[in-house]
Amino acid sequence: MSQLTLIQGHAAPLRIANFDTDQVMPKQFLRGIDKSGLKDGLFYDLRFDDEGQLKPDFFLNQAAYALTDVLMTGPNYGCGSSREHAVWGMQQYGFKAVIASSFAEIFYSNAMGNRLLLVVLPEEQVQALMQEADEQCGPIPIKIDIEKGVVISPKHRYAFSMSPRHQQMFLEGLDVIGLTLKYQDQIDRFAQAHWQANPWIKNIARRVVDRLANSSQA
Amino acid sequence: MTVKTLYQKLVDSHTVAVLDQEHVLLFCDLHLMNEYTSPQAFAGLEEKGYAVPVPEQNVAVVSHIIPTHHTSPRIIADPASSLQAINLKRNCDKYHIPLFDTNDALQGIEHVVSPEHGMIRPGMVVICGDSHTTTYGALGALGFGIGTSEVEHVLATQTLVYRLAKNMRITVNGILPVGSTSKDLILMIIGKIGAKGAIGYVIEFCGTAIEALTIEARFTLCNMAVEAGARGALIAPDQTAYDYVLERAQDMVGEIRDQAMISWGDLRSDISAHFEIEHEFDASAVVPHVTWGTSPDQTVAIDAPLPHHHSFSDPVENLSLEQALRYTKLEAGQTLEGVPIQHVFIGSCTNGRIEDLRSVVKVVGDRKVAKGVRAMVVPGSGAVKEQAEAEGIADLLIAAGFEWRNPGCSMCLAMNDDVLEPGVRCASTTNRNFEGRQGRGAITHLMSPAMAAAAAITGKITDVRKL
Repeated sequence: MSQLTLIQGHAAPLRIANFDTDQVMPKQFLRGIDKSGLKDGLFYDLRFDDEGQLKPDFFLNQAAYALTDVLMTGPNYGCGSSREHAVWGMQQYGFKAVIASSFAEIFYSNAMGNRLLLVVLPEEQVQALMQEADEQCGPIPIKIDIEKGVVISPKHRYAFSMSPRHQQMFLEGLDVIGLTLKYQDQIDRFAQAHWQANPWIKNIARRVVDRLANSSQA
Repeated sequence: MTVKTLYQKLVDSHTVAVLDQEHVLLFCDLHLMNEYTSPQAFAGLEEKGYAVPVPEQNVAVVSHIIPTHHTSPRIIADPASSLQAINLKRNCDKYHIPLFDTNDALQGIEHVVSPEHGMIRPGMVVICGDSHTTTYGALGALGFGIGTSEVEHVLATQTLVYRLAKNMRITVNGILPVGSTSKDLILMIIGKIGAKGAIGYVIEFCGTAIEALTIEARFTLCNMAVEAGARGALIAPDQTAYDYVLERAQDMVGEIRDQAMISWGDLRSDISAHFEIEHEFDASAVVPHVTWGTSPDQTVAIDAPLPHHHSFSDPVENLSLEQALRYTKLEAGQTLEGVPIQHVFIGSCTNGRIEDLRSVVKVVGDRKVAKGVRAMVVPGSGAVKEQAEAEGIADLLIAAGFEWRNPGCSMCLAMNDDVLEPGVRCASTTNRNFEGRQGRGAITHLMSPAMAAAAAITGKITDVRKL
C-alpha cells in the first residue's frame, strides 16, 4: 500500500450535528454486492430533489465549492448504521478527509481502515475553520500533515493527534489481516484454551443451527 | 488482584494479544452476518485467497432486505436485493457457515433470532456488521457493531483489532411506573446524555430498576445504547439472565451447566472498580417518552413541551435543532400529544419480540385501529410470529385492523418494500428517527410498543396512561 503523509485539499463546512450514515449513504444504494456506484448516493437527499435534480442551494452543487474534498462538520459525524458504504461513497466522490470534534466509533474505524482521514479537533477550532470558509464564500485551501499531526489553513494552524497505529496506517499502509495472520499460532492456542475453559461456546453457531434443523425435522 | 469492571473482564478474557496501548487483538466467540454488510467482505476473502478458519463460530441471517408481506414461499422481487440473498447463501455454502435463509421458518432479524435460540450466552464477545449488536449486553455478553472491512477480518482470523473503550456506569434505581417501559427509560437517558454522550464508552447499566427488567426489556435498553454513541452496553448477568439462557441453550446441562454457573458468577464489576463517567437516574420519574426530531436524543416526555432553539450553547446544535423542527413540521414549545399520525410501525430489533406484542394487545383490547391509519406489525422472527399466533395475539391484532406481516427488519430502515411516502408521520417502535430513515420525507416518532398501540387506536400521538 502506498504512503500517505500529507493531504492537500479544499475544506468546506456542513453544519449539522450528529450527521448519520443513513444521510451519508441512503438505503437505496446499499443493494449491491460490490463497492461500485456509491458516488451517486453520497448525501443523496441533500444533493438531489424529489425529481432527482441537483439542488442548487446545497453547497456541493455550487461551482464555488467544486474543489471541495475535505469536509468540516458537526460533532458525532457518522453516527447510526455501521454501513461502510458511507466511507466508500465519500471516497468515490473524492473526499480525502473529514474534520470534526467527534466521530461515531464504527464510522471512525471504517474510515481510518480505508484511509479516509478523520481529524479530531476541539469544537472551537472546527468552528474557526468553518468561519474562515464562510468569510470567503467557498472552500479554504487546507493542508493536513499526517506525520506531524497538524492542520494548516490560510489563517489557522492546529495540532491534532491520532493513535500511533492509525498514523502508521496512513504513513506506511498496513495490511491489517495480513498482520493479524502473523498471530495465527497465538490465536489457535488462545482458542483451544478458551474453549476448554468455556466448552459451551465452542462451535456454538453450528451446534445451535443443527439442533434447530433436527428438531424441525422431528 | 487488579480491580476490574465487567467490561474489562470481558475484554481481558478475550485478548489474544495486546497490540499497543489502545488496541488489542480480540477473540470473537460469535460473528453474525447479514446480506448487505457482508458481500464485499466475502469478495475480499476470495480476492486475497483467505480461508474462514472457524466457520462454526459464525452465522448469517437474511434480515434487512426481505419483504414482509404475506407470500409463501417468500420472494424477494427486487433483483439487486434478491442477488444479495443468493450471494449470502453462496458464500455461506462455500465457507460452511450456518445460515437462516429467506424461507427458513426461523428467519428474522439477526438480533432477535440469535438470542432466542440460546446462541448468546453470558461472557461471550459477539460482533456483527450491524450497529445494534449492543443488544447482547442484556445477557452479559459484549456485543458491538463493526464495518465490512472488519467483517472480512473476523472471517479470516476470528479476531478483531479492537480499540479499547472507557467505562461508564448508569445506575437506575426505583420502579418504572405503570405505562413506562425500558424503551421510555432509554429514550429518556439518550435525551439526557445526548447522541454523543457515550462516544468511546461502554455503558454498564445497573440499579434496582434494571434488575427488575425482563431480559426482553433489557434487550431494548442495550439495543439503543448505541444511539447515545456507546461502543457497547452491559448488564451483569443475574438469575433472570441465567434462566433465559438455560431455557434456550439445550446443550447446557449437567457438568457443563455447573461449570458455566461458576464462570458466569464472576461476570460483574468489582466493588471498587473505576468508571470514568457515572450517571444516576430515578426510574419512578420516567414517563412515556417520544422523539420529536431527527436524532434519537431529540426526545421529550409525552406531557412536556419541545425545546426552543436557544436551548443549546453550541451553534451547530442549534442549527440542527431548527432543521429537525423544519423536517418534522413541529413548533418549538408545543407538546406532542394530539399530533396526528398516518402510520404505525411495530417491530424491529428494538421492539419486535413477544413481550412487545403482548403489550400492544394489552393496550388495544377490543378497540380498533383509527380510520385512515395504516398500522403494521412485523414480528422480529419466525419464532416470535409463531408464538404470537399460538397465543392468539395475531388474530386479535388482525381483528383490530392491524396488518400482521412476515418477519424482518422491514420499515425500521426501509431498505426493502416497506417504505413510507414523503410527509407521512409514523409512530414507530424502532430505534432511529433520522431524516429519511423510513422513507424520504417521512417523519418518525420513536416510542414504546404500548405508546405506538395507543397512537394506532386514536390516530394521534397519545399518552397511553390516559387511554
